[in-house]
Amino acid sequence: MTVITSVASTSVDPSRRGRTSPIRQFFKDPKARVGFGIFAFFVLIALLAPVITPYNPQSTLFIPLQAPDARHWLGTTGNGQDVLAQFVYGARTSLTVGILAGLTATAIGIVMGMLPAYRGGTFDLVVSTFTNIILVVPGLPLLLVIGAYIHQTGSLVIALVIGMTGWAWQARVLRSQTLSLVSRDYVVAARLAGAPDQHIIFREILPNMLSLVVAGLMYSCLYGILAEASLEFLGLGNINATSWGTMLYWATQGAALLNGAWWWFVPPGLSIALVGMGFSLMNFAVDTLSNPRLRESS
Amino acid sequence: MKYVLNRVGFLLISLWAAATINFFLPRMMPGNPVDSLIARFQGRISGSALHAIELQFGITHQPLWFQYLAYLNHLLHGNFGVSLTYYPASVMTVIGNSLPWTLGLAGLSTVISVALGLALGIYSAWHRKGWLANALPTMSTFTAAIPFFWLAMIFVYLLGYLLGWFPTDHAYTSSLVPGINGPFILSVLHHGILPACTIVISSLGGWLMNMRNNMVQILGEDYILFAQAKGVPDRALMLRYAARNAILPIATSFAMSIGFVVGGTLLTEIVFSYPGVGYQLFTAIENSDYPLMQGLFLMIAVSVLLANFAVEMLYGRLDPRVRRSGV
Repeated sequence: MTVITSVASTSVDPSRRGRTSPIRQFFKDPKARVGFGIFAFFVLIALLAPVITPYNPQSTLFIPLQAPDARHWLGTTGNGQDVLAQFVYGARTSLTVGILAGLTATAIGIVMGMLPAYRGGTFDLVVSTFTNIILVVPGLPLLLVIGAYIHQTGSLVIALVIGMTGWAWQARVLRSQTLSLVSRDYVVAARLAGAPDQHIIFREILPNMLSLVVAGLMYSCLYGILAEASLEFLGLGNINATSWGTMLYWATQGAALLNGAWWWFVPPGLSIALVGMGFSLMNFAVDTLSNPRLRESS
Repeated sequence: MKYVLNRVGFLLISLWAAATINFFLPRMMPGNPVDSLIARFQGRISGSALHAIELQFGITHQPLWFQYLAYLNHLLHGNFGVSLTYYPASVMTVIGNSLPWTLGLAGLSTVISVALGLALGIYSAWHRKGWLANALPTMSTFTAAIPFFWLAMIFVYLLGYLLGWFPTDHAYTSSLVPGINGPFILSVLHHGILPACTIVISSLGGWLMNMRNNMVQILGEDYILFAQAKGVPDRALMLRYAARNAILPIATSFAMSIGFVVGGTLLTEIVFSYPGVGYQLFTAIENSDYPLMQGLFLMIAVSVLLANFAVEMLYGRLDPRVRRSGV
C-alpha cells in the first residue's frame, strides 16, 4: 500500500509547466519506467493470451498436478487444466476488473471530493462527513458482506462494488486540494467572467490537480486488483471465471499446498504483487513529479 | 475541548452509520437472500429464534421505520440475535470467543509493524545516498502489494509443510487446556508467529513509505537547516527535530491504514484457520449465517472506529494546533 502522503502537495504549478511535457518528465524517473514496464508486460500477456498458449484455460484434458515441463510450462492444476493458460487468460479478468474498479473509484472520488469543496456550506459539511464515514468503515469486511449477499455474480458487478467502496480517500485528498485552488486568482477570474460551474470545475481546477488524480488512479487500481483477488480467493466472486483470484481459490480447494503444487499458487499471487508494485511505482513517480522535495537528487 | 466534542460527535455519527449500513444492506439486495435462508432453517431451529431472524431481516409486515427502531433498540441492548452455525449460541457469545484472538493478533502485529516501519522510514530518509536506504522504498512497494492471503499461503507451504517449523492452523494445540499456564502460552505464541509475520510484512511498507516521505519533507525545512548550522548533533537532529514532527501527519492516514490492516488480518486468519473474527466471518458467510455475519461486521466496524477515535485523541494531545483549529 502506498499512501499518498502529502494532501497539500501542490500540483504542477502553471508557471513552471511548459518546460518539458509532464509525460516526458514522468518517464525520466527510473521508478516510473520500471513501474510502467511491469504494467505493460502484464497487459501484453493478457492481450497475447491466445498466442502464448494453445490450450483452453477451462479444458480439463490433462493429467492433474503435473510439475512444469516442456509441454506445460507452468504445470497443471488438480483438475487437469494447464496453469499457464489459466494464468494468461486470468490476467485479462484480473487486470480488467482491477482497472475498472480503479476508474470507478476515481470517478466517484472526483465528484464527491471536488463538488462539495467548490460549493461549500452545508452541502460540503454533509458530503465530507459522509466521505469521512465511508473512509473509516473498514472496506474489506464490508466487501465480504456485500459479496455474501449477492453471491456468485459477474465480474462487472464486482468491479463496480469495489469501486463504490474504495473512493473515500481520494475524495478527501481532492477535496482539500480543491479548497486550496478555489480561491486562486484564475478561478476567481473565471467565475467573474461568468463561466458555468462545470466549466470551472472540470476545465480550470481539475487540470491543475491532474497529478493528484493520476496518483490516486494508480493507487485505486492497486486497491482494485487486491480487493478483487481477495473476493475471488474466498469464493465470493464468480468461481467459474478464470482470474488470478479464482486460481488461488481452486488451488486452496484442491489442496495445492498439501500436494506441493507450488506452480499452481505461486504465479498468480506473485503477479498480483508485481502488478501492484508497478502501480505503486508509477504512483510514486507522479507524486515525485508534483512534489519536488521527494526527488532523489534534491 | 471543542476538538474532543467534535471527535466524539463524529464517533457517534459513524457508529450510527455502520449500524444503519448493516440494517439496510440485506434489504437492498436483489432476490432477497434471507427468504431462502429461512426456508432452509425451517424446523431446524426454534420458532422464536426464527421469528427473531424474521424481525432482524425484515421478513415481517411491520413498517420499515418500526423494524429499524426495533433493530437499533436490540443493538443498544447488546442483542445481536442467534447464530445459526453455532445454534443455540447467541451471536454475542461467538463474538466474545473470537474477538480476543483477533485483537491480540492484529494489535500486536500492528504495534510491531508500525514501530519497524517508522524506524526503517526514518533510516531510509536520513541515509539517502546509501544503497539500502534507496532500496527500501522500492522493496516496500513490492511487499505492500503482496496479497495478505497469498503470503500466508507461502508461509504455510514453506515453513509449515516443507520445513515443519510452525503449525499451520488454529491458535493453540487443541489438547491443551486454555489458561494462564506455561505450555498453553508457548503454544499460543508458536501458533501466532506465522500469522503475525504475514501481517507485519504486508503492512510494513505503507508505514515505511509514509514516514519516509514525511521525513524527507521535514528535512527540507528551514528550522532543520538552522539546527544543523547551530551544531545540533546528527542523532538528535534526526530523532528529536525531524522524526518527531514527521510522525504527526501519519495519524491522519491511520484511518485508512487501520482498515487495510484489519482487512488483511481477516484474510490471514482465514488461511491459518485462526479462531478470530475473520475466520468466524468467513464461516458465517459460507454457511449463510446472516445474523452472525452482521454481528461480526458491526463488531469489526465498531473496533476500527474506536481505534480511530483513540488515535485522534492522541493526535489532539500531541499536536496543539489540531485542538485549536478544531478540525
